[in-house]
Amino acid sequence: MTDVGRLPAGTLDAATGPPRPQIQVVPLRGLPIVAAVVAFVIASIAGNWLWALTFCHVVGGALWTAIDLFVGLIVGPILGRLSIPARAEFSARFMPKMVLLMPTLVLMTLAAGFQLALKEGNLAPTSPNHAWLIVSYCIVGVMAVIALGVLEPANIAVLVEMRKPAPDGEVIARLMRRFLVTAGITGVMQVATLIIMTRVATQ
Amino acid sequence: MIADPAAVPVRPIDRRFPPVAELATVSLALVVVGGVLMASYVPRRPPLGVPGAIAAVSAALVLTSVFLLSRLHRFAWDRFFLAFRWGLLAYVISAGMIAFAFIRDHTRGAPLALVLGMLVIFALDVPLIIAFTVARYATPPD
Repeated sequence: MTDVGRLPAGTLDAATGPPRPQIQVVPLRGLPIVAAVVAFVIASIAGNWLWALTFCHVVGGALWTAIDLFVGLIVGPILGRLSIPARAEFSARFMPKMVLLMPTLVLMTLAAGFQLALKEGNLAPTSPNHAWLIVSYCIVGVMAVIALGVLEPANIAVLVEMRKPAPDGEVIARLMRRFLVTAGITGVMQVATLIIMTRVATQ
Repeated sequence: MIADPAAVPVRPIDRRFPPVAELATVSLALVVVGGVLMASYVPRRPPLGVPGAIAAVSAALVLTSVFLLSRLHRFAWDRFFLAFRWGLLAYVISAGMIAFAFIRDHTRGAPLALVLGMLVIFALDVPLIIAFTVARYATPPD
């Protein structure tokens, strides 16, 4: 796995290379897109539109799962082998986008998915999908706690640290270690979600 | 000559803090468990005993976390409140959407009140964890 957790203290400050890019913790230009997506999800739920709910759930869920697995299994290990300035530059451009993208995809997937399950009758106790959906709630619950309680605070704290004139490599390393510790858990959870959702869709 | 150790400022990373983020994360986990229990009964009326007890413990944990936080001296409060304000805005919107879905699906009375209570805890927990994590690594103003 990645060894971003082994970044020594003060290395970012001492690192030579291209000047560090200006970091915006929350990319403001992305907020109108997020607002449009949220408005679309609200309208889909209010109107109980089957196509729109399916679109939000399938597109949101596919992107969420794919990005999570791709970043955890492909990008993370590559990032761990880059030079420290390259890692810092990549993270400075990549992580602000994730701050907006992932919560929006999660909100879109879960809100539309719950409404869709209700509309399709999958939440009824007599439905063969009921037990599968309860298991998926539990999986999503674990992922939500990891994402909201562990990863998102670390992501934002890393970005704030990188905005400082002399970022502390040890702080960034300590925070990034959380991504390594949880990558395996979220990977397994995402694969389990794929199995459950394909099972639910075909019963 | 040996410098007075008390005069040497401690780096934020070396400072020990009370378990503010840990307690808030457990509180968040409990709210999620309560939410899963409630959601697993939809569209039927859920029994409220266990989710209510879980919500009460969760609320107690977040209050303890806030109490511990309020007792901190030399803390980057400016950073904390900056991150907390924006986090609160984002998670009030998230919680509002979830509340809207429950209301839209005709959840009423005590179950709705319990869900709203859990959403309030959720909307406080996440910004609290984010803001504390950001501020604990910031150098407090002199």
